[in-house]
Amino acid sequence: MTSKIVNFNLNGRDVEVMAKPLTTLQTVLREQLHYTATKAGCKQGGCGSCTVLVNGEPMASCLLPVEDVVGQQITTLEGLTPAEGLHPIQEAFFENYAIQCGYCSPGMIMVIKALLDRNPQPTREEIIEAIAGNLCRCTGYEPIIEAAQDAARRLNDG
Amino acid sequence: MAKLRGTGIAAVNYPTGMNLGGDPSQALIHATTTGTFMISLASTDLGQGLKTVLAQIGAETLGLPFENVLINTGDTDTGPHCMGTFASRATHRVGNAIIMAAEEARKVMMEVAADELEVSPDDLETDGQGNILVKGSPDRSINIVDLALAAHFKYGKTISGRGIYMKPKSDVDPETGKMDPDSTEAHACSVADVEVDTETGEVTVLSLKSAYEGGRQVNPALVKGQIRGGSFMSVSHALYETTAPYYPAPDHSPGSFSEYVIPGPYEAPEIESVVLEYPSVNGPYGAKGVGEMTANSGIPAIINAVSNAIGVRLTEYPVTPEKVLHALEESPNATSH
Repeated sequence: MTSKIVNFNLNGRDVEVMAKPLTTLQTVLREQLHYTATKAGCKQGGCGSCTVLVNGEPMASCLLPVEDVVGQQITTLEGLTPAEGLHPIQEAFFENYAIQCGYCSPGMIMVIKALLDRNPQPTREEIIEAIAGNLCRCTGYEPIIEAAQDAARRLNDG
Repeated sequence: MAKLRGTGIAAVNYPTGMNLGGDPSQALIHATTTGTFMISLASTDLGQGLKTVLAQIGAETLGLPFENVLINTGDTDTGPHCMGTFASRATHRVGNAIIMAAEEARKVMMEVAADELEVSPDDLETDGQGNILVKGSPDRSINIVDLALAAHFKYGKTISGRGIYMKPKSDVDPETGKMDPDSTEAHACSVADVEVDTETGEVTVLSLKSAYEGGRQVNPALVKGQIRGGSFMSVSHALYETTAPYYPAPDHSPGSFSEYVIPGPYEAPEIESVVLEYPSVNGPYGAKGVGEMTANSGIPAIINAVSNAIGVRLTEYPVTPEKVLHALEESPNATSH
């Protein structure tokens, strides 16, 4: 099938890529643009490690054809990370030992970013609901829940 | 139909490493020109923090700050040999190899310092801050950066060391059955409280309380991380996950995350743990292995708790709702429901 030019906004910058129909956003991010924070865990929408924000909403980039995001605002973990230091959510993950192998971390951080943007003081239950689509096999989830609570405090105090 | 509650207990001895024809790991260490000590290994960090723990052990033996040690786990083509990061063996085996390598490197470091300070190496000590001092005369000292530069460019010496730790294979004595398969044993005990829904067969783990004895903790925060993740994994193994639900029949074997049932944060019980430290005589600074056993005592404790709740002994896991309902139907001794 014929490739098409696709334009979207990635982390505040307009990008233009050539992609065949049904190429996923995940593939474009990782293999064409080399934005590898977005992980490729299952490529079936089952693990959440590929989560990016589309206009602020968390979505599984492995199920999203890139032509569906034409003109949309895409945020990946690279877009969250400041030039110097870490984003408060990243700091909270680091300080609370919420990262072991790290494979779920980018997806977890993106869903927590989306949660805290719309709900700056989430309850424990709301945090669990937000991360329920993201699998973690190392931490037992509790450190991630604690990191989300800590991130909320950091963002609200800051 | 009812919701039945039960309590179960289980304890494990966890042997560190294995016994398949010897169980070695190597470490090589060398100083750069500016006094950073590179420890080359083939022992992969799985995310549990192995590189941090091994750098701590190296720094302790060298008598230098943690920041002066770099761990390079390279790849298996170029690195020194390691059997692998499994069986809770890496801190123990590789840690011991690093101590051996670092002692050899430290000896050269002290010889160079002795030449520079014009004293005997026996009269020197490290301060843990990056300086080598003359005992009793702390004003006479040399910093590790100057020392490494001198070793390279003045004396033509490498500050380096080789280390290997091997647990020899232990054969079974044919007369007595006696053998020595492991180096050190860690211990764990868990108590689980569960609730069983006799209508659906679903089990909820209400709490999991454990005590772990893993020798001296090289890094307590990382031990805690292993415990939290491992305890949760015991819930997963006890109640949910399997690659062969009808083993040995391959039917319904999962092929994706949508079919492979694992618990999420909704299923996480209240987890409470305490750590006891009985240093191992042959572990690096008394360490044993802590990783794998953190999942081992929880599994039988949870299954014993289900058995206690429903009055039927369960001998296969994962204890799925299907197995619970079969057990309730088939047993005349089952608690009435």
